[in-house]
Amino acid sequence: MVNENSVKDVVKEPYKYGFITDIETEKIEKGLNEDIIKLISQKKEEPKFLLDFRLKAFKKWQKMKEPDWAALGYKKIDYQDIIYYSAPKQKEKISSLDEVDPKLLETFDKLGIPLTEQKKLTNVAVDAVFDSVSIATTFREELAEHGVIFCSISEAVKNHADLIEKYLGTVVPASDNYFAALNSAVFSDGSFVYIPKGVTCPMDLSSYFRINSGDSGQFERTLIIAEESSSVSYLEGCTAPMFDTNTLHAAVVELIALDDASIKYSTVQNWYAGDEEGIGGIFNFVTKRGKCLGKRSKISWSQVETGSAITWKYPSCLLLGEESVGEFYSVALTNNLQQADTGTKMIHIGPKTKSTIVSKGISAGNSKNSYRGLVKMGTKATGSRNYSQCDSMLIGDQASANTFPYIKSQQPNSEIEHEASTCRISEDQLFYLQSRGIEFEEAVSMMVSGFCRDVFNQLPMEFAAEADKLLALKLEGSVG
Amino acid sequence: MQSIMKESDPILEVENLSASTDNRPILKGVSLSVYPGEIHAIMGRNGCGKSTFSKIIAGHPSYNITDGDIKFLGENINSLEPEERSQSGIFLGFQYPIEIPGVSNLEFLRVSTNARRKFLNKEELDTFDFEELVKEKLEIVKMDHAFLSRSVNQGFSGGEKKRNEILQMALLEPKIAILDETDSGLDIDALRIVASGIKKISNAQTGIILITHYQRLLDEIKPNYVHVMSDGRIIKTGESDLALELEEKGYEWTDNFIKET
Repeated sequence: MVNENSVKDVVKEPYKYGFITDIETEKIEKGLNEDIIKLISQKKEEPKFLLDFRLKAFKKWQKMKEPDWAALGYKKIDYQDIIYYSAPKQKEKISSLDEVDPKLLETFDKLGIPLTEQKKLTNVAVDAVFDSVSIATTFREELAEHGVIFCSISEAVKNHADLIEKYLGTVVPASDNYFAALNSAVFSDGSFVYIPKGVTCPMDLSSYFRINSGDSGQFERTLIIAEESSSVSYLEGCTAPMFDTNTLHAAVVELIALDDASIKYSTVQNWYAGDEEGIGGIFNFVTKRGKCLGKRSKISWSQVETGSAITWKYPSCLLLGEESVGEFYSVALTNNLQQADTGTKMIHIGPKTKSTIVSKGISAGNSKNSYRGLVKMGTKATGSRNYSQCDSMLIGDQASANTFPYIKSQQPNSEIEHEASTCRISEDQLFYLQSRGIEFEEAVSMMVSGFCRDVFNQLPMEFAAEADKLLALKLEGSVG
Repeated sequence: MQSIMKESDPILEVENLSASTDNRPILKGVSLSVYPGEIHAIMGRNGCGKSTFSKIIAGHPSYNITDGDIKFLGENINSLEPEERSQSGIFLGFQYPIEIPGVSNLEFLRVSTNARRKFLNKEELDTFDFEELVKEKLEIVKMDHAFLSRSVNQGFSGGEKKRNEILQMALLEPKIAILDETDSGLDIDALRIVASGIKKISNAQTGIILITHYQRLLDEIKPNYVHVMSDGRIIKTGESDLALELEEKGYEWTDNFIKET
């Protein structure tokens, strides 16, 4: 038996991003009804098709029931007690970064995402989203030279309405699920990416989502379109201040890859997870889905989920195009009273489609970590293949891990392979490393990052280092 | 023979050590001193407390010291963490080396070596310098470079695991090494490699405790002293011929000593 106290100390995590930015915000009143939706749409000066999209989604949402099949337990959310639009007060039209409130720039600076010209990251273009609005997007001109569009979705609605109308809701229809319907009705901001035919995006694109208000939900919407033979790597990061109330985050991400296009979508999610007693923290209900529409197209999800009180998230791939490829690489770390129900769906529709699932769940404290995945082979998916590997690691003896793999095959000429394992960091392993001079904390962190290696190898380089550090930080604390 | 005057101070001094796990006494008053350059062998039946003795010296958290002292280079180390003992120069060669999936052997060896070097105020080695050092040490145990890129001990054969232990000993250059049944599960060739490795690493400044059942290791590495352990006590100490006698007469012969004491 591992010494309980020392393990508890080690997994105790100081949350570095819990500060609140004191800034004047424009909030609308609490509650959700048609008028609120009209108000949001009006504030964003949206075209009629989008308002109709929202209102239709709202009607559907009203008829839907909150799902209860996930292995999660939480107090019922009062949807009338949430503010659906909150934005930092700024000048009407911002033409350059110089006009952005310095407090906002400072906030992102503190989060390690400098936005100003002098300090901005050199190899990554960033779209910074604060509560309901996008603050700034870097490297826009440079990207435009390649024909790449990278901006907030609100801007895209204004400047590229044709693309939005053509693709929005085509991967995740408004009626898809309860939280997707809610998002479709009230989504505020998020990122939009368009990579034209034949273009390899010259740098990684990234969005950083920051929740600042305690009583408003964040409902961002991201849409990425990769035209024929194009490719892009997109990174997403998230943090939030520490509040003792729960904040709702219900995002929708849609990816579309045409012939020979590839999209790599990586997330490091570090929302505030609540305290040791499980008070506060983000409720993260997210629908992420990619459509491999074209032949030989490829969509790859990689995620490192360390935050949120509750995570409900299944980044999925619809494999329509012949020989298209879907991938899902995931590390989910839960501690204290965190709960995560996460996994993926690989829906093989076209022939010779291929998917790979590698999921690593780490549970410490009293947390609950479940993998839930669906692999489906449709009638036309001849010669298609799936490989799934789901591993769980338990730290201490109070944490739990579950694996729920669902497999549906309507095509005998296809292959599905599933492997699962559960391990516990044993006292013998820790003693072995310690007896070689390696400190307890480092020993735990070495084993955890060893366990996650298959997934970290899939992350973009800067992100992999970041993820490794983040896990180490989560597992850091004073021993003895 | 214990009356021979020693010229230097002992590396390890165990005085009247008693220890238990889950309130069950395992060691019942063990005393043993190891001086620089000495090789000691501890023999005894399974379950007599030999392995426990080695784990307690290395600081295993499952055992409680109920009485007595462990002194290393004159300092009491009863309350030191296992990593502190390792850094200061105590090495335990495991009877069953532990597998650690996902952690690369090379990285593990480097972190471990650097922890010891840091303690010795030596410069820590980067990946490239460490490669050079480890290449040299691999020779000692005749291990292939390919072992370094695998996970720690994972999928290693019994013999490979033991050689990996001796490789660690070679890198850490301990003041004292306690080798717990390093010879078990080895074929004759592997035994020779391991034994010659141990001899190359040890010198006039280091001490070695070999825990073993068999004479064949002691044929390769001749001990200065042989201790027979039974029921948590050292019941007889002799020179290397004691091991031969034990091999000939079996442990039953030692039962008489218990009656005597």
